[in-house]
Amino acid sequence: MENIRTVVDEVYRSESRRVFATLVRLLGDFDLAEDAMHEAFAAAVEQWPSIGVPTNPRAWLVSVGRFKAIDALRRKERLKEIVSDLAEEVGPALYEMEDRDEAKFKDDDLRLIFTCCHPALATNTQVVLTLREVCGLTTEEVARAFLSSPSTIAQRIVRGKAKIRDAKIPYEVPSPPDLPERLDAVLSVIYLVFNEGYSASSGDALTRPDLSGEAIRLARLLLELLLDTEVAGLLALMLLHDSRRAARSDDHGDLVLLEDQDRSLWNRDQIAEGREIVERILSTGNFGAYTVQAAIAAAHAKAPSSSETDWGEIVALYDILLRAAPSPVVELNRAVAVAMRDGPAAGLELVEAILGRGELSEYHLAHAARADLLRRMGRKGEAKSAYEQALTLAKQAPERRFLQKRLTELGP
Amino acid sequence: MKYICLGYHDEKSWEGKTEADQQAMMDECFAYDDDVLRKNGHFAGGEALQGTESAVTLRFRNGKVDVTDGPYAETKEQIGGILILEARDLNHAIQLMSKHPGVKTSTFEIRPAADISELIRESEKRRSKKN
Repeated sequence: MENIRTVVDEVYRSESRRVFATLVRLLGDFDLAEDAMHEAFAAAVEQWPSIGVPTNPRAWLVSVGRFKAIDALRRKERLKEIVSDLAEEVGPALYEMEDRDEAKFKDDDLRLIFTCCHPALATNTQVVLTLREVCGLTTEEVARAFLSSPSTIAQRIVRGKAKIRDAKIPYEVPSPPDLPERLDAVLSVIYLVFNEGYSASSGDALTRPDLSGEAIRLARLLLELLLDTEVAGLLALMLLHDSRRAARSDDHGDLVLLEDQDRSLWNRDQIAEGREIVERILSTGNFGAYTVQAAIAAAHAKAPSSSETDWGEIVALYDILLRAAPSPVVELNRAVAVAMRDGPAAGLELVEAILGRGELSEYHLAHAARADLLRRMGRKGEAKSAYEQALTLAKQAPERRFLQKRLTELGP
Repeated sequence: MKYICLGYHDEKSWEGKTEADQQAMMDECFAYDDDVLRKNGHFAGGEALQGTESAVTLRFRNGKVDVTDGPYAETKEQIGGILILEARDLNHAIQLMSKHPGVKTSTFEIRPAADISELIRESEKRRSKKN
């Protein structure tokens, strides 16, 4: 009995959200599917000790969940219409205990991801829906991750599901012409989740590991379902960033710059996997912005020490990135790389050109970069006011402490 | 399922176009309405609106109805027309309106029609009881 419980728990961990995804398609409703999924697992605990663990647990759970849901609906009079529709669709298949349609199951996972990331939903809503419905985080876990209250998150989720239902957002994988754009939206949600975990937008801790791990898991799932170079590129990017987690902050929770990090703390397995993916994609000649960003991260990761970093390669990659995904932030990052390759004066010129255009004026890292370059050029007074400006804009405690430390080091 | 599409555009920018440009634009839009929407049963109604110079707004203020000249809000973009679309679901509605030539010069707001038939039935019941 003990053993079965463990087995069910493991199946729950690995399959519950995928069972859920299929039940949403069969029952046409998120909440019905959630209840049905839980009923199915309860049934598993009851029945598997005597019937044994099914060869295809997922199929068994889907069948039982569907059966129990329709049964429950029958008992509710006002839902007669829904039941008759479902009964028409399902018919004799209702009693099939083994549905071997693996391809359909795979599509259900995709349907779920694309529905949660539908552009008709606000980005915030896409993020929490994805974490809750695809990753299976509880409302409390999502709330903790975003430093929000469970009731706020719960409300956002309820409203999101209501919009899906009321506006009739269909439960489907986007058609080929729409797929690239819709996939972009999914990738940006995944990356948002990762960044929230990698460098928390506010609060005391520099990183919130759970979210980064979820994002990586999501990207792996998506890659399994959809072979696409940008999905792989994003996975590589996140693995390479995540590999530096242990070295990014010191014992006091303070920021450690890339150039000062103890590289022996970097996760070699993640680096190896990230680099392998990057090399594989680049060799196809068909890649996008995430892959280029991953290539830049790989260039850093392969340097045994900060001084051995190939800044020339990095600047060249930024040149490519600027063509693929031009943005002031990319320009800023390129400027920092140029400074490393050609000296601070060259970088400063580029940073000031961006700020001079009126761009990134509210971005604390732009001012911090400018401050750093001025500091390296011995222009203390100007460096100090730039650090002060960065401080007024920085929200994260460890980043603020770092900027304050630089300011203090510059003296009176 | 019914979706109401509200087309917002900048009246001045439309007036600023040459007649030839305006006609070309209209031809494209009407062709889409006929050949794609009406032909395939997606066109459930629609009206172009006269410009905001003919608009009148009613508001209840200080216990009475206030009639003022002009549209509801003085925004740069104003409603130029409404289209009642019949589509399978939201993705379908988005697909149909994304390909509408009007989207090049107008902003389309898509609103699912609300099914208030239950509310109407209940209201009829209440009103018949009173009588």
